[in-house]
Amino acid sequence: MANPKEVELLGLWVSPFVRRVEWALKLKGIAYDYIEEDILNKSPLLLRLNPVHQKVPVLVHGGRVVSESLLILEYIDETWKQSPLLPRDPYDRAMARFWASVAEGKVLENAWIALNSEGEEKERAVQLATEALGHIEGVIKGKAFFGGEGIGYLDLAIGWVSHWLPVWDEVGSMKIFDPAKFPTTVAWAGRFVEHPVIKEKLPPRDKMVVYFRDKRSRIMASKSHV
Amino acid sequence: MGEELKLLGVWGSPFSRRVEIALKIKGVEYEYSEEDLFHNKSALLLEYNPVHKKIPVLVHNGKPIAESLVILEYIDETWKDSPLLPQDPYERAIARFWAKFLDEKCVPAVWKSCMSVGPEREKAQEEALEFLSTLEGELKGKKFFGGETVGFVDIVANFVGHWTGVLQEMAGVDILTEDKFPVLCKWAEEFQNCPVIKENLPPRDKLLAFFKAQRETITNFYKNKV
Repeated sequence: MANPKEVELLGLWVSPFVRRVEWALKLKGIAYDYIEEDILNKSPLLLRLNPVHQKVPVLVHGGRVVSESLLILEYIDETWKQSPLLPRDPYDRAMARFWASVAEGKVLENAWIALNSEGEEKERAVQLATEALGHIEGVIKGKAFFGGEGIGYLDLAIGWVSHWLPVWDEVGSMKIFDPAKFPTTVAWAGRFVEHPVIKEKLPPRDKMVVYFRDKRSRIMASKSHV
Repeated sequence: MGEELKLLGVWGSPFSRRVEIALKIKGVEYEYSEEDLFHNKSALLLEYNPVHKKIPVLVHNGKPIAESLVILEYIDETWKDSPLLPQDPYERAIARFWAKFLDEKCVPAVWKSCMSVGPEREKAQEEALEFLSTLEGELKGKKFFGGETVGFVDIVANFVGHWTGVLQEMAGVDILTEDKFPVLCKWAEEFQNCPVIKENLPPRDKLLAFFKAQRETITNFYKNKV
């Protein structure tokens, strides 16, 4: 078991990317120190640890610095072997990585654009996110989680859909997370957020609504000044 | 063993060539199938990669894998000789970080610097210079990103090592130049002279002619890309 001082995580309370890492650490029973970052006022520590992107999450393990949440998940999985996140079989691993990249590049990216835009740009983004979610709908195939009986890498990668996407839908006055269109995914989301490790680490919904509403206003305002 | 390995690719694509380089380094035999991306995607491609409809797609014993970085990791995990990624989890995380940086930042910026027009091109050029500078910093006196021999990051950086020179000549722009990036240019030279790389790069003059002739088709193709 790692010494608490040995594992540190720089994060932001509302970030789904940070939460992924916390879920992974908790699933493996790894103790860590959490450091909350003020993203509007980045600390010298963050700028030193992640000079290229200046973003959270950043994992520091025995002085070694790892950034980019999905890469951190792989690092955690390769360093602490208990409760494996990725499957053993190379093809299954490839599928997990592939679907994670679809969820990230097509669902999340477009849902974020849709949240923070309007008109044609928004419509197109909603369409793309919905299309991609349609592909993911078929992936669980009758299992409880993407990882099978238990939560795995892909569940953690797509986990944001269960708690952040409904908030984004509300704030953005849209409906990507649609039970009529995606019954399997919505059912999975319900199971995911009820898992004790996940549940413990979900940011409060009301605070999230305020946060994303405020962020949306600021992004829209800066667009109109271009 | 009756292994069946097929690669759907395009002769001029850096993503497709990455996979070929990896398979050649490992000494793995495969059947290559050239796709006509712009005019006539094969039924096989649409069946094997319904989400993106893109190459490369590697099909191993009937099971398809898409996304070049996912394919590279699959190859490395399936054929253990001549490893592409380092063994240590931290060094693997670093290699994956730079691969991601290349694909998400360097490639799009360089591409847009050469292929787009107006303010989008100018902004892309500024970014390309910034990102390449960051990339150059990572070489830090090593012969290759992988150390003494070509590794995962070098393979992924093939776009910088070969395609960038061709694109900037076609577009008449100066991005990757010796005065700005002496270290990166030296690396590109070593990279291109490496026997396994040399044999698996599309001929420069053919590539240049292709981009010159197809510039409009390509620009439209990528504009309408989902």
